[in-house]
Amino acid sequence: MSAAKLARRRIGDVVFKVFCWGVTGLALIALAAILWSLLVQGFGGLNLDVFTMSTPAAGSRGGLANAIVGSLLMCVLAMALALTVGILAGTWLAEYGGRSKYGAVVRFLNDVLLSAPSILVGLFVYELLVAPFHGFSGFAGAVALALLAVPVITRTAEDVLLLQSATLREAGVALGAPFSYVVRQIIWRSARGGLLTGALLAFARISGETAPLLFTALNNQFFNKPWFDLRQQTANLPVVIFNGALSAYDDLRRLAWAGALLIAATVLAVTIVARIVAQEQKRS
Amino acid sequence: MNTLNPAVDTFEKSIADVDRAQVKVDVRGLNFFYGKTHSLKGVSIPVAKNKATALIGPSGCGKSTLLRTLNRMYALYPGQRAEGEIMLDGQNILGPGVDLAKLRARVGMVFQKPTPFPMSIYDNVAFGVRLYENLSKPDMDARVEEALTRAALWNEVKDNLKGSGLGLSGGQQQRLCVARGVAVRPEVLLLDEPTSALDPISSAKLEETVMQLKADYTIVIVTHNLGQAARVSDYTGFMYLGELVEFGPTDELFTRPATQRTSDYITGRFG
Repeated sequence: MSAAKLARRRIGDVVFKVFCWGVTGLALIALAAILWSLLVQGFGGLNLDVFTMSTPAAGSRGGLANAIVGSLLMCVLAMALALTVGILAGTWLAEYGGRSKYGAVVRFLNDVLLSAPSILVGLFVYELLVAPFHGFSGFAGAVALALLAVPVITRTAEDVLLLQSATLREAGVALGAPFSYVVRQIIWRSARGGLLTGALLAFARISGETAPLLFTALNNQFFNKPWFDLRQQTANLPVVIFNGALSAYDDLRRLAWAGALLIAATVLAVTIVARIVAQEQKRS
Repeated sequence: MNTLNPAVDTFEKSIADVDRAQVKVDVRGLNFFYGKTHSLKGVSIPVAKNKATALIGPSGCGKSTLLRTLNRMYALYPGQRAEGEIMLDGQNILGPGVDLAKLRARVGMVFQKPTPFPMSIYDNVAFGVRLYENLSKPDMDARVEEALTRAALWNEVKDNLKGSGLGLSGGQQQRLCVARGVAVRPEVLLLDEPTSALDPISSAKLEETVMQLKADYTIVIVTHNLGQAARVSDYTGFMYLGELVEFGPTDELFTRPATQRTSDYITGRFG
């Protein structure tokens, strides 16, 4: 090989490496800028009132307590719904019907739902649960969030169940256990780390969703009465952030930053837990 | 009878040598299909009660397939089917209306790779028992101890019954699987290359376990290890390309094989 050709290759190699480093750096800078402004502005808005008082009118004291509680309630309900549907659907795909034509259709539709714009899901639930009952409600919000979480959970559940070895299933069946019993007692247990990771990822996905809640839970200046009754329109962090960020008042904007910081911190914590769980699973 | 082929004569004779009254499982004219692939061709083999029967032969000869028909494990997979008769105590287990779960409780199985369940050692052993029997705590404790003792594992785990089955060594895991199978008190125990993933010392321990289990169970063992077949089994069947080439008492098959093919295989000329 000629020396010139070798030199050209070496230069190409260096250029490519520099390009990769550069692009990675750019992405990291963008991320750092977002986190930096989030931290600075968020901590600026953070104080005890945020956790103890409800959404204020402009110019008066207030906090995010009602929105935090509303978000938690809706997320927990949504996760309960989504886990039930998602794990069962994923189990069906992995253990029963996944190889049939119907299975392929279900998997395809699930993938479509996985990338469906969340605002469409919000509109759908609006038509289904808000318009017919003439009122926004936390329930409708939870259902919309659940619809976003289901495809994530279904997908990860199918994937982690398929990772479990065939001999493990056979070993259970060989003892005289019905197949469904083997799935519930052995396969689910064996895949629990992966199932939990999927659930946490789904939770991270829905915790910051705003669009589906605008059409469903809407917002509430106060706590629901009683606080857990999701039949009323319900305060939640994303919509409070949305409204606050658009407002002309500095105090409301500061509150929005604080809310954004809370969501980001929660998602970060959940992601870290998911990582740790996945590592534990790998080791055992 | 085909007098042109003396090997076939001997083969027919040795099947007849098994005392018919002592046959626990009688396989007759078994054909097996993986989709369109015809992988067992008219196999007939008797399995004697409270003896160990070894199935040997090169990879892909159908010995594991034959084993997996005896508890109908293949039924888990669509596209796999068996034709013929497998009489277990006179009842054809390939026939319609057989309760597969009950069949598998009577015919236990241990696999090539250890398959401990993700639960404690105690729960691993109790898992199968809980399916069919409602034992009190002391009775269950006794059953677990008995099964672990039979599998020669009790002394190593008796202080750690609540520990995870996944925390044991490979050899211990395999003996745990034997204990789990024995705990439900099956009549027949199928072993599918049970030592191929184990080190020599663990293999020797497992072989000892198998020898002791013969007293109470009918054992069918698939093995690639000819020495193992010679050591633990009373009868041996040699399979090749989906057919049973030769069957007989183990000492005879290994010392005076009737067919050239068997002779070539056990002397290591192919495999």
